[in-house]
Amino acid sequence: MPLFRKRPAALAAGLLAAALSASVAAEEVNLYTTREPGLIQPLLDAFTQETGIKVNSIFVRDGLAERVAAEGTRSPADVLMTVDFGNLIDLVEKGLTQPVESAVLNEAIPSHLRDENGHWYALSMRARVVYAAKDLPIETFNYEQLDDAEWRGKLCIRSGQHPYNTALIAAHIVYHGEDATRAWLEGMKRNLARAATGGDRDVARDIMGGICDIGVGNSYYVGLMRSGRGGPEQVKWGEAIKVILPTFENGGTHVNISGAAVAHHSPNREQAVRLLEYLVSDAAQKLYAEANFEYPVKPGVEVDPLIAALGELTVDSTPLVEIARHRDAASRLVDRVRFDQ
Amino acid sequence: MRPADSSIESASISSGTAASVRRPRWNPWLIAAGVVALLVAAPIASLFVTASAGSDELWSHLLASVLPASVRDTLVLLAGVGALTALIGTGTAWLVAAHEFPGRRVVDWALLLPLAVPTYIIAYAYLDVLHPVGPVQTAIRALLGIDSPRDFRLPDIRSMAGCIFVLGFVLYPYVYLTARAMFLMQSANLIDAARTLGAGRRAVFLRVALPLARPAVVIGVSLALLETLNDIGAAEFLGVRTLTVSVYTTWITRSDLPGAAQIALAMLIVVLCLVLVERWARRQRRFANDAQHPRPLARQRLRGARGVLALAACAVPVFIGFVVPAWYLLDQTIQRVRFAGVSAAIPREVLNTVALSAVATVLAVLCALVVVYAARVARGPAPRWLVRIASLGYAVPGTVLAIGLLPVITGIEAFVDAAASRLIGASTGLFLLGSGAAVVYAYVARFLTISAGSLEAGFSRVSPSIDAAARTLGASALRTLFRVHVPMVKPAIATGALLVFVDCMKELPATLLLRPLGFETLATHLYGEAVRGTYEEAAIAALLIVAVGLVPVLILTRVGVRGPVEAGMAAASRADGPEPDPAAPPRD
Repeated sequence: MPLFRKRPAALAAGLLAAALSASVAAEEVNLYTTREPGLIQPLLDAFTQETGIKVNSIFVRDGLAERVAAEGTRSPADVLMTVDFGNLIDLVEKGLTQPVESAVLNEAIPSHLRDENGHWYALSMRARVVYAAKDLPIETFNYEQLDDAEWRGKLCIRSGQHPYNTALIAAHIVYHGEDATRAWLEGMKRNLARAATGGDRDVARDIMGGICDIGVGNSYYVGLMRSGRGGPEQVKWGEAIKVILPTFENGGTHVNISGAAVAHHSPNREQAVRLLEYLVSDAAQKLYAEANFEYPVKPGVEVDPLIAALGELTVDSTPLVEIARHRDAASRLVDRVRFDQ
Repeated sequence: MRPADSSIESASISSGTAASVRRPRWNPWLIAAGVVALLVAAPIASLFVTASAGSDELWSHLLASVLPASVRDTLVLLAGVGALTALIGTGTAWLVAAHEFPGRRVVDWALLLPLAVPTYIIAYAYLDVLHPVGPVQTAIRALLGIDSPRDFRLPDIRSMAGCIFVLGFVLYPYVYLTARAMFLMQSANLIDAARTLGAGRRAVFLRVALPLARPAVVIGVSLALLETLNDIGAAEFLGVRTLTVSVYTTWITRSDLPGAAQIALAMLIVVLCLVLVERWARRQRRFANDAQHPRPLARQRLRGARGVLALAACAVPVFIGFVVPAWYLLDQTIQRVRFAGVSAAIPREVLNTVALSAVATVLAVLCALVVVYAARVARGPAPRWLVRIASLGYAVPGTVLAIGLLPVITGIEAFVDAAASRLIGASTGLFLLGSGAAVVYAYVARFLTISAGSLEAGFSRVSPSIDAAARTLGASALRTLFRVHVPMVKPAIATGALLVFVDCMKELPATLLLRPLGFETLATHLYGEAVRGTYEEAAIAALLIVAVGLVPVLILTRVGVRGPVEAGMAAASRADGPEPDPAAPPRD
């Protein structure tokens, strides 16, 4: 295989050249994201088109904070983007972000969806909803009902340790305290139809496959499945379920966010802020939300029809920071009731 | 200092073994091996630093709520996968090595094919294939005339049994590869003797071949078990909560990296203890090939039904571990290409994947040569420990190792940057993370044990008297290595290199975390697509990982499977005498 022998040196040289040349290019901004950047690539391209600022992105799942921290003052990271407010607030607590003062951002994003000191900003919302078999005669649902004996052996949900679930459990703790939440989790565990694992889309497929009758999943997966963007198979999964926007008994629907912050050692701070401001413009908010079938954070921006059809969203008013405070307790409760075992 | 020259002067052949060839105090090989071991140990040392920053408060929670169940699950999973891989790997290896039956030549290499399939892909594939709305159960319902999956379902694969099944059938080639080579090389004379003495088929296998192959089976099984232990994709996806999942939960969900490092290191220590116990258990046994002139095993012909059964027994693992997932991926890919075409980025990603893996493979082999050869030419226990230390990386989950590497890499970068600024007035910035070198470092640190293990096995079959002869004739240690050893252990080098290459290609977590901005490999592309939920697009990348992985696996079937025998024979004949004499009795 001569290819194997000749290429490495050339590639290494090429990579080094690319790395060095990257640092001398004119205007650019570096995006570190736990959100798959392919989804918002069209939006980033539009930003480059409009401003001439090139966006380099890297998709990192676990260890984004550790990487940025290790890179320290040399870090090329300008914008840090995550898909869970717990992760976003973690970045702030680790000192990896810097405050941003921007009238544009403050005006576009409601105050409960951004840090009061400007360390982080939500860019989109997703609701934690209930998927149910088409023929079930239920129209409304409270999260508190998930442990009802009615659903014994009929509930599907992903790992209790997944950030989407620990956030929901933490919100339950805010409303009802740890003891009641523990009992609630134990009830849910009894209701499980299969191991708490996989993804939210598996919930829809398992309902179609007769494994369970109800399940918990994020709102945008419904759009992803029903739009056919995930291929024709997933359309069937999406069509096999009906979607209910559940609420807490004394509250609204639990939402999580995707959001962004400017890195503490950002070498292109000005461009980073411009990217954030661009992402909350009306046009970008619509595209950003549509890209993944999410709810825009900017009031008045249109929601994708597939998501609008799910019903009116009443966002639970518990501050995200308050929920984040109970995340550790929620995760330990999941361990304690052996939810995933 | 000219150590090579002085070493010749001080070389002593009186004792007859290379290990006792006297070396100057600062043996350059020992120093080089020390550097390699240091590079591998550095991320683990940095994990210790991280772990010490945590409190022990975590452990009361773990002991109360997590450990009883996850330790049990981990042990059940390891026992299941260990038993399944040992059974399939040893059984098929024995069939193929010691028997002749229709189709043997095909299954001989086909049994290696599952090596090309990453565990996370096979788990996805089997969930899809065996799901109530998947092809298998749909067909069964159609046959039985049942409409709704609510009325009839097979047991869910998302279970411990499903996980053992999937991992066992994709990891058994590690055992097959090592056991097969051992059967072919080591046992011929003894097995023939046993047969002459009237032992039946079963007795020959159970009482002669299997005990002799034990080190090989142990090495293969331990590779499979370490893969299992550090697997995060398949086990998590199938709902089995191993200790590794606890590491992740502690780190990701609870943002407690020190706690996660503590669990990972505790696991590492347990693994090391097990390895030491196994070594101790066979401390006084000798498995070396005592036959003066090893020769190939005479294959027993299996006729009629026995032959068909043998073929079936070998075909089933290939079918489950490779044909089904590959067929599934191909089907998905065809659907996707029809639906949306192929992403333009794919050729670039293939190149990135191959280039990174190739560079890492070359380095892993060179580093392995250094540590293994140092253990041969240097005296005392130190070099052997260096080999062990250099093999630690495989016993740590990929992401955890990558996290441990981050401070090491950025530390080196800061050091070089400061030096460069002072000397040439230029900043080198993040030259490791920015160039992909960090990923290569991670691959080498993680997979060095594979190339080192393969080389150790190869070197152990080269008689020390050869070293002595070469050195007496005035060759330096370096020259002896490249002119004498490397040609003799070429197949072992090739086997190690190809295994490392395949593992690098499949590696995901460290690649994801340590790669440069805007740099994608097939594995990261696949992961991105899977996260985005466009599974069919991911199928293309998955199929390509399997396809590119097949190239080295197929080469492996040429060199790895047949090669060592010839090399071993050549080595032995060159070492011990002029012409091999099949009739010569064993020396002992």
